[in-house]
Parts: sequence; C-alpha cells; structure tokens
Amino acid sequence: MANSAILEMRGICKFFPGVRALENVDFTLREGEIHALMGENGAGKSTLIKVLTGVYPKDGGEVWLADQPVHIKSPQDAQNKGIATVYQEITLCPNLTVAENMYIGRTKGPFTDWGFINRSAGKLLDELGIPVSPTEQLGNCSIAIQQMVAIARAVDMDCKVLILDEPTSSLDEQEVQKLFNLMRDLKAKGVGIIFVTHFLEQVYEVCDRITVLRDGKLVGEYIIEDLPRVQLVSKMLGKDFDDMAEIKSGHESENIDLNGTPVYQAINLTGTTGIKPFDFEIHQGEVNGFTGLLGSGRSESVRAIFGADRVVGGKVFIDGKEVKIRKPLDAMKHGISYLPEDRKLDGIVGDLSVRDNIILALQVMKGFFKPFSKAQAEAFADEYIKLLNIKTASQDTPIKSLSGGNQQKVILARWLLANPQYLILDEPTRGIDVGTKVEIQKLVLKLAAEGRSITFISSEIDEMIRTCSRLVVMRDGKVVGELKGEDLNQNKIMATIAGGES
Amino acid sequence: MSVNTNVLGSNKLKRRASLTDTNLLLIITIIVFIVMYVCAVIFLKKGFTKPQMFFNILNENASLLVLSCGMTLVMITGGIDISVGQVTCLVCMACAVHLQKVNEGLAQGNVFTSVLIALGIGLAFGIVQGFLVAYLEFQPFIVTLAGLFFAKGMTTIVCSDRVPVTYDAFVKLARTEVNIPFMGSVNKKGIYIPAYVEVGVIVALVVVILLFCLLKWTKLGRNFYAVGGNNQSANMLGINVKLTKFLAHVLCGLCAGIGGYLFFLHACSGSPLHAQGAEMNAIASSIIGGTLLSGGVGNIVGTLFGVLSLSTIKNIVTSLGLEDAWWTNITVGVMLCIFLLVQSVILARKNKNKK
Repeated sequence: MANSAILEMRGICKFFPGVRALENVDFTLREGEIHALMGENGAGKSTLIKVLTGVYPKDGGEVWLADQPVHIKSPQDAQNKGIATVYQEITLCPNLTVAENMYIGRTKGPFTDWGFINRSAGKLLDELGIPVSPTEQLGNCSIAIQQMVAIARAVDMDCKVLILDEPTSSLDEQEVQKLFNLMRDLKAKGVGIIFVTHFLEQVYEVCDRITVLRDGKLVGEYIIEDLPRVQLVSKMLGKDFDDMAEIKSGHESENIDLNGTPVYQAINLTGTTGIKPFDFEIHQGEVNGFTGLLGSGRSESVRAIFGADRVVGGKVFIDGKEVKIRKPLDAMKHGISYLPEDRKLDGIVGDLSVRDNIILALQVMKGFFKPFSKAQAEAFADEYIKLLNIKTASQDTPIKSLSGGNQQKVILARWLLANPQYLILDEPTRGIDVGTKVEIQKLVLKLAAEGRSITFISSEIDEMIRTCSRLVVMRDGKVVGELKGEDLNQNKIMATIAGGES
Repeated sequence: MSVNTNVLGSNKLKRRASLTDTNLLLIITIIVFIVMYVCAVIFLKKGFTKPQMFFNILNENASLLVLSCGMTLVMITGGIDISVGQVTCLVCMACAVHLQKVNEGLAQGNVFTSVLIALGIGLAFGIVQGFLVAYLEFQPFIVTLAGLFFAKGMTTIVCSDRVPVTYDAFVKLARTEVNIPFMGSVNKKGIYIPAYVEVGVIVALVVVILLFCLLKWTKLGRNFYAVGGNNQSANMLGINVKLTKFLAHVLCGLCAGIGGYLFFLHACSGSPLHAQGAEMNAIASSIIGGTLLSGGVGNIVGTLFGVLSLSTIKNIVTSLGLEDAWWTNITVGVMLCIFLLVQSVILARKNKNKK
C-alpha cells in the first residue's frame, strides 16, 4: 500500500440485547482516500460508525489512530482526536443559529465570540455556496440546508477522518455534486473519508475503496475497479443475484380484466392540500403507480383517496357502490390500507413491540374493547415475521430498535393483516437497501396475483416500471397523463413529467 | 435513476436572517408589559403615575426576580425546579434563627455569616438535585418535588414559629434605601420625596445582568440552549450534556439561596409560611417572559419583564378595588393562558411562513 493507514479498527464487537450487531469487524482507512462502507439495512454500518465516534462503547476489539491505540469515550473525545461526523439524521440544535451550530462545542475559552463565529461561518458558507445567513435560526431552514450546515461544520474541523453517514439522502443533484467536489478537495489534502450511502452510482462516482458488511460481519475490502456493481450487490446480499429480471417477467404474464367494475373509483375527488380535482380508478389485481416530481401532488392524491387529509368534494365508488370516505377509519372499513410515506411520523409507534405494531390496524377495526387474545396476537405476529422475513430479536422487541427496512416491513405486515382489497404503498422502498427493495417489489406483485389492487409510489422510476402496469403522471397538483403498455418506459415517463409537447 | 427536485429553489436568494424564536418571544413580552403599564397610567392613574409605584414593584419582587432567573436557566435546559419556593422559606428561617442567636449572644456570627448560610443552603440543594437529575437521570419534576418536601420539613425542624429579627446590623441593612436621582415626587405639602429602591433590588439587578451575560456570551450559557434544544444532538456536537444540566441546577440552587436571602431582607423575619407558592410565580414569570417549558428558548431580560408584568397585573387588580387574593389569582391564571395562546399563535404563523 502506498498510503499509510490513518485509522485501523481491529476485531470490533458490539452486542445489543439479543442481537450481535457487530462481530469481529476489521476496517482500515488510508490517508487521502474515500472509502465506502456498504451493506444492507441492519448490516451494522451505523453501529460501526457509532462505535468509532464514541456514541456506543465497544464490547471488543481495538481502534488505532495514526498507529496509536486509542480509546474513544464520547463524541467530544472523537472530535478532539480529529474524527468529524455527519450523521444521517440531523444532529444539530434547531433552536440555535446556523453559525452557533457550526461552532458550538469546539471553540476555545469560556466565552462565545459572536463576531468571530458569525464572520467565519459566513465565509465558510459562502465558500461552500450554501445559501443561508449565519444568523438565521437553524429550525427555519430547509432540511437540505440543515444537512449542508452539518457538513460545513464537519469540514471546518481540520479533521483527519471525516465520516459521512448517508449525507446525500436529502440533497438534490446539484448539492450532491457540490458535496462531491468538497470531498475530492479534502481527499487531496490527505483527509480519509468514510462514506456511507445507499446510492450505488454515488459510490462508483467518488469512492476509491469499498468495505462490505453483512449481518454484522465483515465480507471484505475491495478496490473499486475490482468490484463491478453486480458483484457488489451480490456481496451485500450474500447471494447471486438475478432477481431483478425475475420480477419483470413475473408480471408481464398477468392479465387484468380492465372492463369489469373497478375495485375503487373516484370521480372529481377534491382535497384541501393544493391538488386539482382528479378521477381515478383501479381494477382487481392491478398494480398502478402515481409518479411525478417531489411536490407534484402524488402523495397528496393517495392521501385524499385514503381520507388522511380532508376531502371536500367528489364521489367515491367501491365495487360500483357509492360510499363516503371522510377519515382513514372509513377507508379501512371499505378494505383500503395505506402505508404512509414517512414511517417515523405517520407509521410506527416506536415504544410498542413488533407484535403490537403488527396487530394495531386490525385491532382498531375490531374495536378497542374486544382485544385479541395473546395467543392469537402471537400467531399473527409469527406468521408475518416469517412471511416478510422481518429481522427482529423477538416479537417483544420495541420496533424503534429495528433497522429502517425492517420497520417498513412491520408496517407492511400491519396492513396486510387487515386483509385489504386495495393497498396503497407510498414510497415503501425509500431509505432501505437493495435486497429489501426487491423483496418488497416481489411481494407487491405476489399480492396483485392474489387478486388485490395496489397503488405503488416510488421516486425511482425504474422501480415503478418494473412493478406497475399503469402509471398516473402528475405535475403541479394536476394529473397530466396516464401511461401503460408500450408507453411505460423511462423516456416517455420523463417527457410526460416534464410536459414535453408544450 | 431517481428523480430529484431542487429543494432549495425558493430559498436561493434569502440571505437576511429572520428573528430567532427567543428574540421573537422577548419582543412580545416587552410590548405587552409596556402596553399594560401605559394603560394603567392612563386609565387608572392613582399611584401608577408616580415612578415610586414602579420601584415598589421592584422592591417587593427582588426575591422573585432572582428565583425566576434561576428557574429560567433550568427551563432553558429543558428541566424544571419546583423546590425554589420552599428553599427560600428554609433560607429565611435558618438565617433568622442564626441572627437571633447572634443577637442573644448564643452564637458567633454577623450579617456576613448569615449570607454564607443562605448561599450554602441554596448550593447544597442545587448540587444534590443537579446530581440526581443529570447523572442518575431522574425526572427533574420528581427530584425537585422531593426537594420541596425536604426543605419544608427542614424549615419546621429549625423552628416552627415566626421568628422576627432584631439584630441591629441586619435591620439597618434591610432598611437602607438607595435613592434614585430625578425620579422623586413632590407631595401635597410641597416636600420633595425621593424615589428609592431597597438594597435587595440592586443585588437582584446585578444577578440579572450577570446571568444575561452568562447566557449570551459564555459557552456554558450557549450549551444550556443547545441541551434544551435537542440533548442528543448536543451530545453529538461534543457538549457534555450531563455536566451542563448539573450546572444549570447548581446555578438555580444558588439563585434560590440569593433569592431566599433577598426575601429575608425584605421580610426581616423567618416563618414557615414565607414564600409559599413562590416557585409557581417563578415558573409563571419565566413563561410570560418567553421561556418555553419544552426547553431551548428563553431569555433573562424576558424573565425580568415577566416578573414585572406579573406584579403589575396584580397591582392593577388590587387598585381596581378587588382586594381579595382570589381575584389576583384568577387574573394571573387568565393572563397566563392568553400569553400561551399568543405565543403559540405567533410561533405557528412564523413556522407556517417558512413553508
């Protein structure tokens, strides 16, 4: 190796009650390299990072910084030793100003020099092209800006090791490029960067080396040129990987009776959340999708269908009969289920166990005064944990200690248990790894084959093309087109979203 | 491939910072106080036209002011301390008994030692409660509730009766009036009566200024805000969250000691009935002053105006001829509700604008 190692982790172990989060993991970071840390959800990436930054104490192994064994006690300690971190969730204080968030906890002396921090923050923000004033309160900024501020803070720390834990999930294309330029600058200065992300393109764009983890164990360390994408994915999943192709062929053969009575039909459905009145119908066994840019109203449309936001006009027919859907419970009673976009906000009840989260929707429909027997609840939970392959220590584990993808599966189980005729999935694959994504897509097609109707929303167009047989395209709160069959390809969809003909 | 939109689009040109939540709430508080006082001067007249009325408010509330400042610190970190009222009571009793013993020649000491006793009691409560809250991670409400009962019990152990203080040096200090130039008024006989404040007010204002500087310009002060804003983030940002919470409680305890002594100075006696419910007044003043119970937002200047608003409204109710204590209580209750309503409406509108 030409470059010397600035960080070495040897035989790192970390146990949580019932789970081996990390088992004997080695990791080496060299001077001036960008090193991707890859793995499925629950593979132990975040845990490894949190051990390195002192958030969790390690249960075994050693950490060497620049050939010195070190013991990292706390995040402050990590900062002092030259390890700067940008976490996936924003770990800044929303009640402080932008400048304070960049400098708090790392200036010398007992006093806060406002002039100094505002000036230097302003300079740094300008250099990085972040459009925000240093004296703005952080809570008033958009999530993307907050993430950039967190990055600015880390960059300014003169660190030897910079850890970026999924920093790009809330950034747009331009901002990602800005970040990459920044990373290349730092790399040239000899900083070692650990980059965690789910986006394979990004890995191949900036990284030099990849370390793959699976189920808390090290799979291997590779130089990027030696590891083509397909192999990377198969290393992450631990199996040879042709599932993508399988999916496509699976649903082409399906024949859907489009002339029968629709399972769900809406005429002139009008919501209050800024979408224009729209018509929509879905048939038995059909998978359709809503697509459009963020903010085009695709989520708002399905929320209106489910009655999650207030509906002020229009008619709704279920199996040809007119019904009124005013609130989610009405929709549930008519066999409609909705998996919300933001699982943290709308979906999970973090402190309840996996089992309780699974039976929640069914319990609501049955009424709270007729609880399920414990045996029955356990049987339900068991069935779906197996069916969806949910990785959890037990049924009694609180859902918040599961990884993102597994939380998503629990919510999916909740709605499947309610045995819906019509299932709405809003971004079920966001923020979860490739393997689980494929599993969820397969499941969608399997459910459709069983005769259920499904609306599937995703930001990733190829995912939509693989799963849906019909796409409703939205722009600025309006339905601007419907694509199916031959038209269902990348170019046509992009053109419709952009409004090509005008 | 993924479809991305430019999330920043609308924000690109925005360089001017909008008000922080803390400053917004501070401005509301100051405006409300000024409007209230000016209305009282115009419509009620009576004493309100004389500056001395304002200084009397300060004289009577010097103790509450210091207690409220301590409370504000703890509330900014997201905690609460409901023991301060009873600690005040205990401080008064302990100092009164001590000075009377000195007076009767039963003990060594002077005014200075009584001050040390007051500070010692306050610090002791602050340190123990702070340790339990910060390092053992007990609920601050419960810990300080225990402190409240403990202090109440200790007070009656020290003495269960009212103890008036007749120790000369102390009485002299308590009676000292500091004249304020140009603010006096001429009475009916044409004699000039100077406006004055008690010594306690000077001490209280010094505490206000010191704590204001602490919160604004020291790292410790800013850490209070960070911890109250989001303690997990604060930890990730490299702040020692436990130490910060501990110090907030210690400072609040110290303020309870100082506030207790100021109460003693004003009352010149110790009694188990002193400062009953002072902690609730302190919490009310902090909230009126723009401190949020959820932490992370608050300001010492706001607290100063919170105390002034609270006592002004009490004075207004009294001068309307509604002498009964329950009228003042009802008014304060209603005022607190209106304040919370105004604050939440304004904060909600501000947050709506950003989207």
